Amino acid sequence: MERSFIARNPSVLIFLAILSLFTFGVTVLSEGFGIGLISTSFVKTLGKTLCLCLIAVAMDLVWGFAGILSLGHFAFFGLGGYMIGMWLMYERTRLIVAESLAQGDIPPTAAEVTDAIGNQIFGVVGSSEFPLIWAFADSLALQLALVVLVPGVLALLFGWLAFRSRVTGVYLSILTQAMTLALALYLFQNDSGLRGNNGLSGLQNLPGVSAPQSVVSVWFLWASAAALGLGFLLAAWLVSGKFGSVVRGIRDNEARVRFLGYSVEVYKLAVFTLTACIAAIAGALYYPQAGIINPEEMAPIASIYLAVWVAIGGRGRLYGAVIGAAFVSLLSTWFTGGQAPDVSLGFYTIKWVDWWQVLLGVSFVLVTLFAPQGIGGLFDLWARRRADRHGADLGPDDGALREKEASQ
Amino acid sequence: MLRLFLAGLALLCACMTASAQETALQPVLQAHQAAILKSSRKTIQPAIDAIAASGLPQAQTMLESWAAKDMWMRKADGYFFAGAKGEGGSYVLTDFDSGETVGSFDKSALKQLKPNSGVRALIATALVQFQLSDPDRAKRLAALESIARDPEASLLAPLRASIGGEADAQIKAQKQRLERLLTIGYDADTAARVAAIADMSGDLGLDVRAALNPLVVTTRQAAKSLPEDANLAAVLTPGSDELPKDQAYDLLVENNLAVPRVSADAIRVALADNIEGGRVGGVPLAQLSAEDGRSRAYAALAAEGKVPPLVTTADMDAALGAHVFFDTYAEPAAEVTAAAETALDQIALKVGMNQTLDLTLDAVSLASIYFLAAIGLAITFGVMGVINMAHGEFIMMGAYTGYVVQQIIPDHTLSIIVAIPMAFAVTFAMGVAMERLVIRWLYARPLETLLATFGISIALQQLAKNIFGTQARPLTAPGWLDGAWVLNDVVSISYIRIAIFVLALTFLGLFLFIMKRTRLGLEMRAVTQNPRMAGSMGINPGRVNMLTFGLGSGIAGIAGVAIGLFAKVTSDLGNDYIVQSFMTVVVGGVGNIWGALAGAGMIGFLQKGIEWANPSNTLAAQTYMIIFIIIFIQFRPRGIIALKGRAAGD
Repeated sequence: MERSFIARNPSVLIFLAILSLFTFGVTVLSEGFGIGLISTSFVKTLGKTLCLCLIAVAMDLVWGFAGILSLGHFAFFGLGGYMIGMWLMYERTRLIVAESLAQGDIPPTAAEVTDAIGNQIFGVVGSSEFPLIWAFADSLALQLALVVLVPGVLALLFGWLAFRSRVTGVYLSILTQAMTLALALYLFQNDSGLRGNNGLSGLQNLPGVSAPQSVVSVWFLWASAAALGLGFLLAAWLVSGKFGSVVRGIRDNEARVRFLGYSVEVYKLAVFTLTACIAAIAGALYYPQAGIINPEEMAPIASIYLAVWVAIGGRGRLYGAVIGAAFVSLLSTWFTGGQAPDVSLGFYTIKWVDWWQVLLGVSFVLVTLFAPQGIGGLFDLWARRRADRHGADLGPDDGALREKEASQ
Repeated sequence: MLRLFLAGLALLCACMTASAQETALQPVLQAHQAAILKSSRKTIQPAIDAIAASGLPQAQTMLESWAAKDMWMRKADGYFFAGAKGEGGSYVLTDFDSGETVGSFDKSALKQLKPNSGVRALIATALVQFQLSDPDRAKRLAALESIARDPEASLLAPLRASIGGEADAQIKAQKQRLERLLTIGYDADTAARVAAIADMSGDLGLDVRAALNPLVVTTRQAAKSLPEDANLAAVLTPGSDELPKDQAYDLLVENNLAVPRVSADAIRVALADNIEGGRVGGVPLAQLSAEDGRSRAYAALAAEGKVPPLVTTADMDAALGAHVFFDTYAEPAAEVTAAAETALDQIALKVGMNQTLDLTLDAVSLASIYFLAAIGLAITFGVMGVINMAHGEFIMMGAYTGYVVQQIIPDHTLSIIVAIPMAFAVTFAMGVAMERLVIRWLYARPLETLLATFGISIALQQLAKNIFGTQARPLTAPGWLDGAWVLNDVVSISYIRIAIFVLALTFLGLFLFIMKRTRLGLEMRAVTQNPRMAGSMGINPGRVNMLTFGLGSGIAGIAGVAIGLFAKVTSDLGNDYIVQSFMTVVVGGVGNIWGALAGAGMIGFLQKGIEWANPSNTLAAQTYMIIFIIIFIQFRPRGIIALKGRAAGD
C-alpha cells in the first residue's frame, strides 16, 4: 500500500516542527520583536547557522546520497553571495550617490550618477568603470535570478565535463577542489571585476529599508529558516522517491546502475546542479547577514569543512547534516570566539582559541574511524530497539548504508 | 731674515723651472694663472685643455691634487705647488715638475685652490685620458667604469687614444667595446656611427640597448605643414590606432593650434554659475538632468557670450584636417636612426630568443619543484591509491625540521646535510604512525581516507602554528647556493634552483632504484597489483603498505627542506603545494613515476607560459592553469601516461 510522503518520513515532520519552534523561540527572545534576551549579533549568528545547515543539506544530498564527495560547494555558496551582494552594494551606493549629487545646483545626468557609483565601488581597486559582469546589478529581479543561474550553469558545465569523462571518487573530489581554488584565485585579482580581495562589503544594510539591524536580523532569520525548511522538504521528497533510489544505487554501485539502463551521468548531473543551486541560495541569505564577502570565503578549506560537518553529523540522513552543521559551526564560534574557558594543566594552559582546530581535526579523525554514522547514528541506537533486521551483514562496503535501508 | 732667505730660494726655483720650459708644467700653469685662480665652469676649459694637451706625465698628479684641493699657490710669485700639511700650521710644498720638496711655508704665504664641483667634473674628464693609460690596472678599470656610467662626447678621443697602448687583453676588449658605444652616441661622423651601430647590432648587453635607445626616441608634434629639415619617424593620421582623434586634438591644444574643448565638468560649473530664477539660459533646471537639456542651456549661454563656445565634432575635424601630425627623432641624422632601428630590431629578436631560453629554464625549475613536492604523493596516492591530504603538512614538517636543525647547528652547510636525513626520519616516523593508526582501517573507504587525513592536516597545521607561531621562520641556504648562474644580461638562473633540479633528478633515480632493484620495491609492486596474492606469496602486505607510506612521507619531508630554502617556512606552507601536487599526479597518470615527471613538466611549463603571456598577474596564471587541467582531464582521464591492462587495477 502506498503510504503518504509524511508517513514514510516522520523525521521531516519532526524536523519542521523543531525548526519552527526554534524560529519562534528566537523571535520571542530577540531584541527586535521580543524581550531582548538574545543580542542582535547572536540572532545573526543563528541565522547564518541556518544557512550553513541548508548548504549542509545540499552537501548531504550530493555526498551522502549520490556519493559524490564535492569539495567545491562552498564556491557555489560564495557565488550566490556575490550575486546578491552586487545588487545590495550597487543599490545602496546608488542611493547614497544620488542623495549627495542632489545637493548640487544642477540635477545630475544618468551618466554622472553611474560614474559616481563606479567611483565609489571600484575606487578601492583603482578603477571607476563598471565591469561587464555588473550589467544587471541595478535590477533586483535579474540579480536574484543570477543567484541561482550563475552557480547553476557553472555546476552544470563543470559536472557535465567531469561526469561525461567518468571522473569519479577521489579524482572528482580533487577536481572540484581545484575548481574552487581556481575560482577563489580568480576573484582575488583586482581586475576580476568583484573588487579583488576587498570583496563586497556593507551588505548588512538593505537599501531603502530604514528598520534597525535588530529587526532586519530577525527578518533574515525567518527567511533562512523558511529556506532551510523548504530545502529540507525538497531534499527529503527527492530522496524518498524513485529518483532517490536510483541516486543511492549510483552511490553504492555505479556500474550496476548503468547496466540496469539508467543514465547515470544525467542523474549525477541533476543532483550536482540542484545542490549547487541550493548552496547558492544559502549563500545569498548568508552574506547579507555576515555583511561582507571576499574570495577568502571560497578557499578550498571552506568546502572541506562542509564535508567535515556533514560527516560529523552523519551523512546519508538529512537531519544528520543539519545537526552536524549547527553543532560544529556553533561550537566553532564558541571556541574561536574566546568564550570557552581555558584549561589549566599546571605546566601548560590550553587556550581553546589555539587548540580548537587541533581538537576538531582529531575528533574528526576519530568520528571517521569509529563512528562513520556520525551524531545521527545515535538516533539509530534508539530506533534499533524497535526494529531489528535480524539479518546477515550486508557486505564489505563500510561506507554504504545498505544496512540501514534494509531495515526500513 | 728667514723670510728673505726663503724668498731667495723660491726665486731660485722659479729660475730653474723657467729654464726647463719644454718639459715643464709650471709655465703652462702660469700662462693660465688667472683662469685657474678664479676658476669657474665656464672659463676654466682652455686652461684644463692646455694642461692635458701638454702631454706631460706630471699633469696627472697636478690635476689630481687640484681636484683634491691639495694645490696651493705661493702668493709671493704666483707659482702652483702640491701642498701637504706640515708642522704647526705650515704647509710643505712640492713642485709638480721635479717632484722635489720646495720647502715649508706658513699658511698666510699661500693660497689654497678650491675648485667648485663643476670645475672638478671638468678636471675629472681631463684626468680620464691619464687614468686610461695608468700603469695601475685597477685604476684603468675604474676609469672605464666611470666612462660607462656617464658617457660624454669629450671622453671619446682620449679613450680611442688609449686603446693602441693597452697591453692587457681583457681591458683592451672592454675599451674597444666602450669605444664603439661612445662612437654610436657621440661621434661627429655619421658614417662612423652607422658602422659602430652595425658592429654592435648583435650584442645582448644592456649597455648597447642603453646607447641605442636614446637615438630612436621620438616626440609627437603637430604643425601646419611637415617641416623640411626634421628627421621624421612617421606621419600620423588622426583617428588611427596610434593617434585617436581626442589625443590629436589635445596635441593641437597643447601647441596652441586650437581652442581647448570644454569638459563635462566645466559645462556643469558654467551652468551652475549662470542659474537665473530656476532657469539656465532659458532651460528649466529639471531638464538639465539630461545631456540634451544641458547642451541646449550651454549653447544659449554661449550665444549670450557668457561662456566660451562649445567645440563641436565638426570644429574638431576641421582643426585636425588643417594640421599634420608626425613623430620626429631627437637625433637629426636619418641614417643613424635607421641603423639604430634595425639594430634594435635585431637585438630584440635575439633578446626574445634568449628570453625563451630563460623562460624554459624557469619552467624546468618550477617543474622540478612540483615534481619534488609530488613525488611523495606519487608513491602514496599513485602506488597505494591512498589519498593523503596531510601530504602538504609533511612538506611543512620537513621545512620546520630544517629550521630547528639550523637553530642547533649554526653552520648552514652542515645543518642542511644534517637536516635532510632528519627531515626524512621525522616524516617517515609520522607517516608510519599515521598509516598504522588511521589509514590502515580505511583502505576500503577511499573517500573517508581523504577526510580523515584532512582532519590530521588541520590538526598538524594548528599544532605547527601553536609551536612555531604564525610568523614565517627563515631557513637559510648555505652561502655557496647564493647568487645565480649568469649566462648573459637576459639569461640567468639561481644556484638554489639548480640545486633543486639536481635534487629532483636524484629522487627520480632513487625512486626508480627502490622500485626496480630492491626487495622492498618488488614487494611494493606485488602488493599494489594484488594484495591477497602477494600475501599468499609470503609478503606481509600490512608491513609493505606501512613502509611504502613511510617512504612517501619521508620524501615529502626532504622536499620540505628544499622548498623551505627558497620559500618562507610557515604553518600553511603545505597548502600552497597540495593542490598542485595532486594535479601533478593526476595529470601525469597515477601509479607511474614517469607520469608524475611528465605532469610536473607540463604544469611547470604551462604555468610559466601563462605567466609570460600575462606577466602582470600570477594569480590569473594559476586560475587558467587549473581550468586547463580540468579540460585536459576530459581528454585523458587517466593522465598523460596511463597504465594499461592489469596494472591499471580495473
